[in-house]
Amino acid sequence: MMKRVFAKEISEAIFQLVLKANFVLRKDVLKTLQSAYFQEKDFRAKRMLKILLENASISRREKIPLCQDTGMVVVFVEKGEEVRIVNGSLNEAINKGIRKAYREGYLRSSVCTPLSRVNTQGNTPAVIYTRIVKGDKLRLKLCVKGFGAENRSQIKMFAPTASEKEIKDFILKVVKEAGPDACPPFVVGVGIGGTFDKAAILAKEATLREIRNPKSKIQNKIQRLENELLREINKLNIGPMGLGGETTCLGVNILTFPTHIAGLPVAVNISCHATRSAKKVL
Amino acid sequence: MKKITTPLKEKDIRALKAGEEVLLKGVIYTARDQAHKRLCDLIKKRRQLPFALKNQIIYYCGPTPAPPGKIIGSCGPTTSSRMDKFTIPLLKNGLKGMIGKGKRSAEIISAIKKYKAIYFLAPAGAGAYLSKFVKKKELISWPELGTEAIFRLEVEDFPLIVGIDIKGRSIYDKR
Repeated sequence: MMKRVFAKEISEAIFQLVLKANFVLRKDVLKTLQSAYFQEKDFRAKRMLKILLENASISRREKIPLCQDTGMVVVFVEKGEEVRIVNGSLNEAINKGIRKAYREGYLRSSVCTPLSRVNTQGNTPAVIYTRIVKGDKLRLKLCVKGFGAENRSQIKMFAPTASEKEIKDFILKVVKEAGPDACPPFVVGVGIGGTFDKAAILAKEATLREIRNPKSKIQNKIQRLENELLREINKLNIGPMGLGGETTCLGVNILTFPTHIAGLPVAVNISCHATRSAKKVL
Repeated sequence: MKKITTPLKEKDIRALKAGEEVLLKGVIYTARDQAHKRLCDLIKKRRQLPFALKNQIIYYCGPTPAPPGKIIGSCGPTTSSRMDKFTIPLLKNGLKGMIGKGKRSAEIISAIKKYKAIYFLAPAGAGAYLSKFVKKKELISWPELGTEAIFRLEVEDFPLIVGIDIKGRSIYDKR
């Protein structure tokens, strides 16, 4: 039995998600920022964190975007095999919802053609990743990615014999080079494994994952690695705005995928303190 | 906290040290990548610029459109280093101040010293917060650039930190 989902419902859901992402700071991000504010000992860093919290509350209350860079939209779709989209197509429906949100939400249209730099008006097309999965649900999640942080992301193809330390050093190096430009404190998305492209997608998708409380019980090697990296990044003294302090990173999120015996791709996607994403199931 | 006003006077700049926090009152002009490219093209062709640079401040910012009833939308700083390659001709033509986020190249640091200018940081990623300090917004040039057009903003108590001072000292030196 096929489940029918109208293209219009998809557009409407995307419209709402884009607005939510731009005006309402994610709960986990907000909570982590708040606790960073209470724990931060550096005087200036503390004040900067306070400004960021105030920014979030103004944005939510007055519907002024969290950041003037309202990003490029990246959408992850999980489409159940039993879902049939009617009266339109998936990608068109997504882009239609985005155009409506950028127009009616007074968001900045930043998407342009790559070489002639002509604005496409409406901040489309989005980058869309679709996976076909079992079931009759349509899961939508998206992020609006600012390019201050996107520009500082990197990928490296390691040899299969690379040590954990080499990988950690690379991630730390990327964070150091991101420095003040990428609006710290960061959410650091890491993709390990797959192919060149898969690692990058994993790193991006990792930034959409909820920030895990570093004090929660460690259940596997990846969580241990996340905790160690978080601790080491926060010793770099980059701090909010890059002016020093203990709050350089809000969370390190790692996703992995099997890879080839000859390689080990590692991608690091830097996301700013206003890591903006939202999701919905249809 | 120290207050400064535009147009910038050399003696005011001289009194400011890297790391110091100030509140700005007066006029600033927005310009980012494409507007910088055009300004430099005009300078090269010895044509008139859309506004007189002398003693003025450029803000590296591309705001979101103003929602109904608001003066401006979100308006935080963009990454300054992308403007490095266009900065020297502007300083030569009288530009006194720049507002952005992040580090500048060594070449720009020495140009700031040479042309007795100053570079400020604005709180990065706090565009909604900063919109509260903008009192007026007016389009000056190149509307076809959309958010990248040049806007004249009147600001009051706009919060800044001195990033690079007239002596070429940078807030990031110690890091």
